[in-house]
Amino acid sequence: MNRAMVLYFTGRIIKVEAALLMLPFVVALGYKEKTAVFFLIAAALALSLGWALSRKKPADQAIYAKEGFAVVALAWVAFSAIGALPFYLSGCIPSYLDSLFETVSGFTTTGSSILASVEELPYGMLFWRSFTHWVGGMGVLVFAMAVMPLSDRRSMHMMRAEVPGPIVGKLVPKMRDTAKILYSIYFGLSLIMFVLLILGGMPIFDSAIHVFGTAGTGGFSCKNSSVGFYDSAYIDWVITIFMALFGVNFNLYYFLLLRNFKAAFKNEELLWYVGIMTSASIMIALDIMPEFGSFFTSLRYSAFQVSTIMTTTGFATTDFNLWPAFSKNILILLMFIGASAGSTGGGLKVSRLLIIAKATRNEIRKMLHPRMVSSVSMDEKPLSPETVNSAYMYLAMYVFIAAVSVAIITLDGFDFETSFTAMAACFNNIGPGLGAVGPTSNFGAMSHLSKIVLIADMLLGRLEIFPLLFGISFPVLKKQRRSANN
Amino acid sequence: MRIVIVGNGKVGNTLAEQLSSEGHDITVIDKNQKNIDNTINTLDVMGICGNGASYHTLLEAEVPKADLLIACTSQDEINLLCCLVGKKLGAGNTIARVRNPEYSDQLVFMREELGLSMSINPERAAASELFRMLKFPSALKIENFSTKRVEIAELRLKEGSALDGVYLRDLHKSFKGRALICAVQRGCEVRIPDGNFMLKSGDKISIIASARDMLDFFSSLVGIKPEARNVMLIGGGRITFYLARMLSENGAKVKIIDIDPARCAELGAALPKVMVICGDGTDQELLWEENIKDADAVVALTGLDEENIILALYAQSVIDGKVITKVNRDSLSSIADKVGLESIISPRSLTASIIIRYVRAMQNSLGSNIETLHRLVNGQVEALEFRVNDTFPRLGVPLKDLELRPNILIGCISRSGRTIIPGGHDCIESGDRVIVITTNLRLDDLSDILARSYTI
Repeated sequence: MNRAMVLYFTGRIIKVEAALLMLPFVVALGYKEKTAVFFLIAAALALSLGWALSRKKPADQAIYAKEGFAVVALAWVAFSAIGALPFYLSGCIPSYLDSLFETVSGFTTTGSSILASVEELPYGMLFWRSFTHWVGGMGVLVFAMAVMPLSDRRSMHMMRAEVPGPIVGKLVPKMRDTAKILYSIYFGLSLIMFVLLILGGMPIFDSAIHVFGTAGTGGFSCKNSSVGFYDSAYIDWVITIFMALFGVNFNLYYFLLLRNFKAAFKNEELLWYVGIMTSASIMIALDIMPEFGSFFTSLRYSAFQVSTIMTTTGFATTDFNLWPAFSKNILILLMFIGASAGSTGGGLKVSRLLIIAKATRNEIRKMLHPRMVSSVSMDEKPLSPETVNSAYMYLAMYVFIAAVSVAIITLDGFDFETSFTAMAACFNNIGPGLGAVGPTSNFGAMSHLSKIVLIADMLLGRLEIFPLLFGISFPVLKKQRRSANN
Repeated sequence: MRIVIVGNGKVGNTLAEQLSSEGHDITVIDKNQKNIDNTINTLDVMGICGNGASYHTLLEAEVPKADLLIACTSQDEINLLCCLVGKKLGAGNTIARVRNPEYSDQLVFMREELGLSMSINPERAAASELFRMLKFPSALKIENFSTKRVEIAELRLKEGSALDGVYLRDLHKSFKGRALICAVQRGCEVRIPDGNFMLKSGDKISIIASARDMLDFFSSLVGIKPEARNVMLIGGGRITFYLARMLSENGAKVKIIDIDPARCAELGAALPKVMVICGDGTDQELLWEENIKDADAVVALTGLDEENIILALYAQSVIDGKVITKVNRDSLSSIADKVGLESIISPRSLTASIIIRYVRAMQNSLGSNIETLHRLVNGQVEALEFRVNDTFPRLGVPLKDLELRPNILIGCISRSGRTIIPGGHDCIESGDRVIVITTNLRLDDLSDILARSYTI
């Protein structure tokens, strides 16, 4: 492996974080908070580390798939480690592990918190905590590619490792232009939402926080009772719709911009995504009608909760922990389905499940017609057997990691519902689970070991398992070193 | 520019690599998914899997918005169909690789009726390149500009050459005609020399001169090898056919050796003036029997690169004349260069470089006035031909008073049919064609050569 190049890239990306840290610094200064200085310290540390790593461009600049994976893994770990510093140094979150949990939860757009009361945090910290959602949602490397001349002709390896979904393609021939288009769409949608929230009477700071949480499908709020604090049907619906919008593959927005409506609306994944979301909302609305009286009120709450769970955002307007078992069950199922590929959401992704379902149907038909020749197709295009295999493989790894995580978390002695949904909420980047980690409570009661496992789960879930697994797998490093010595 | 390349073979891939590194937006179409995957992993281009001649695939590749469509699959018919559909969809320009002479003979029709901007036949292009090399065997490479009166030749100074140890300012003492040494490669270093530069044996130099002076230059200084009159071609492929036809029309004695009796019969029937020998070209006995020693030039043109290299090495050790080797694979051609084969030709990279030249000219025609572009010494030096118009701020100023940017040389001025190899007192006039030699790649306009910018 070309380690010099991996470190060089990581260094350059860390420098981007130094720049990003200036934003909460300015916000904190604006509110005249003393904690502002800690952003400056973290930024200085990031800048010097980044500078040290990227001082000289290595002579051998070839990067291949494994370097791409390693850069992504290392960049995310470094981003989180540095991003946690302001919380820790300022003493807002006394333990570094907790700070790290909060930051990883931010960058991976999970939204799980260890804080019992977020309202006590200074504004600058709140801003940074939510801003990590916005950056992490679209991907830190994609962001770096959009703003810096980082892209190399082989940068596809990095983009593929970071952008979620079974198939990753470019929108336009040049990587950097693709990254720019994605970020422009992202920024544009965020801006529209910001304006709509302000029109709904939300304070400017709160609007920004909720836009970050929604756009990245993260879910950090600046209120203890999350979006439920505002108790406004208008705000609920705006956030519901925008969460759903950010859970759609961004490529489709590009098609819309190009006025290629057919490609956008005939997209199979989109149809299933919308179908699942509406049917789940209606089913839950009917189930919880006794609690709210009218169908439309219960639809408002059910749609918000379905949207927040399925897009893996994690806001809450009500404590769905108290809902009937049927509704809770549907929500748990939605946790695993997740959003669309190429969106900011997490989970297994609708398209991946679609591929697996179609491939399974084909295999079953093959049992009846042993000589049948079949292929799986999406949007009327056949998929390569590799894509189908990797979807199966992803599912297998996913189940395996989930099982191991739950086993470790249950050591804490929580009930099964709590342990299982804590894992599901972190691994799928959602935020709140059920039971003791439900929407009104937090992860603070977990043991150190569980927190470490959940941090790993969040990163694995956001980067879709493989980059992190390959990036940190020691055999890869060792084997390469040995062959280099020979 | 937005460029769509159909067919991701060796030519397609070379084009994608070169053009994307020059900053164009490239979309590559190929039928083979694996092939496409490989390309998008290594180049910053977009890949689409599908049949390049189909309407839907071309739409997906956004051909209607493309400035240029290049069809270089292995099949002529697909390439032509692809360009036809692409043109109707609204592609700006179309280039097709057309091998079959039956099609390329109707080029004029195709250009006018089907809107094809250019068709290229790799084998014929290689044959004409070879023909030029054989006409002027002393040079490694020879290129001409739009008027055909000016030529640039590359050659390597041999041990004990008359030019060894000569300062360029003294060049006119030993040579009466006008010729300019415009680029020198010594080792890995390439530079544009001035009068205080001393030539050494082993240098690879580029000379610019009018066609007549070029001949004089070679005969008086380098020791000219006469035009090859007795040529042996080993291997009987399509290049051989074109080359043999050109050579024999020009009056040279051509001998073709091929191992396949059927092919030999075909060649014999098609080229009555050419002697066709059926036998194994790698058999030394046969080569001696056919008097390889008397040949002025041997060209190794079999289908196997390795065989060509070995053959050429052998021929070089036996004969005094020119030996040219056809090598298709890039990796092998650098090895061939290392083992001491000087003249190497690769039809694929030749095709790619012809197309790239067209693209550069096309791109330039949008914003500037470059007429021709040649790349010298492995692409490290460019020779650009500009047409001068009134916007050039220093018209009529003697060259010695022009403040030029470093590493720029004005190689030649063509004025109403006359070719001037300029000295300090000549000046640039409106309507001239000026050839500029530079190591600063990407000059777009003639005024870019000036050190300061002028406003007019």
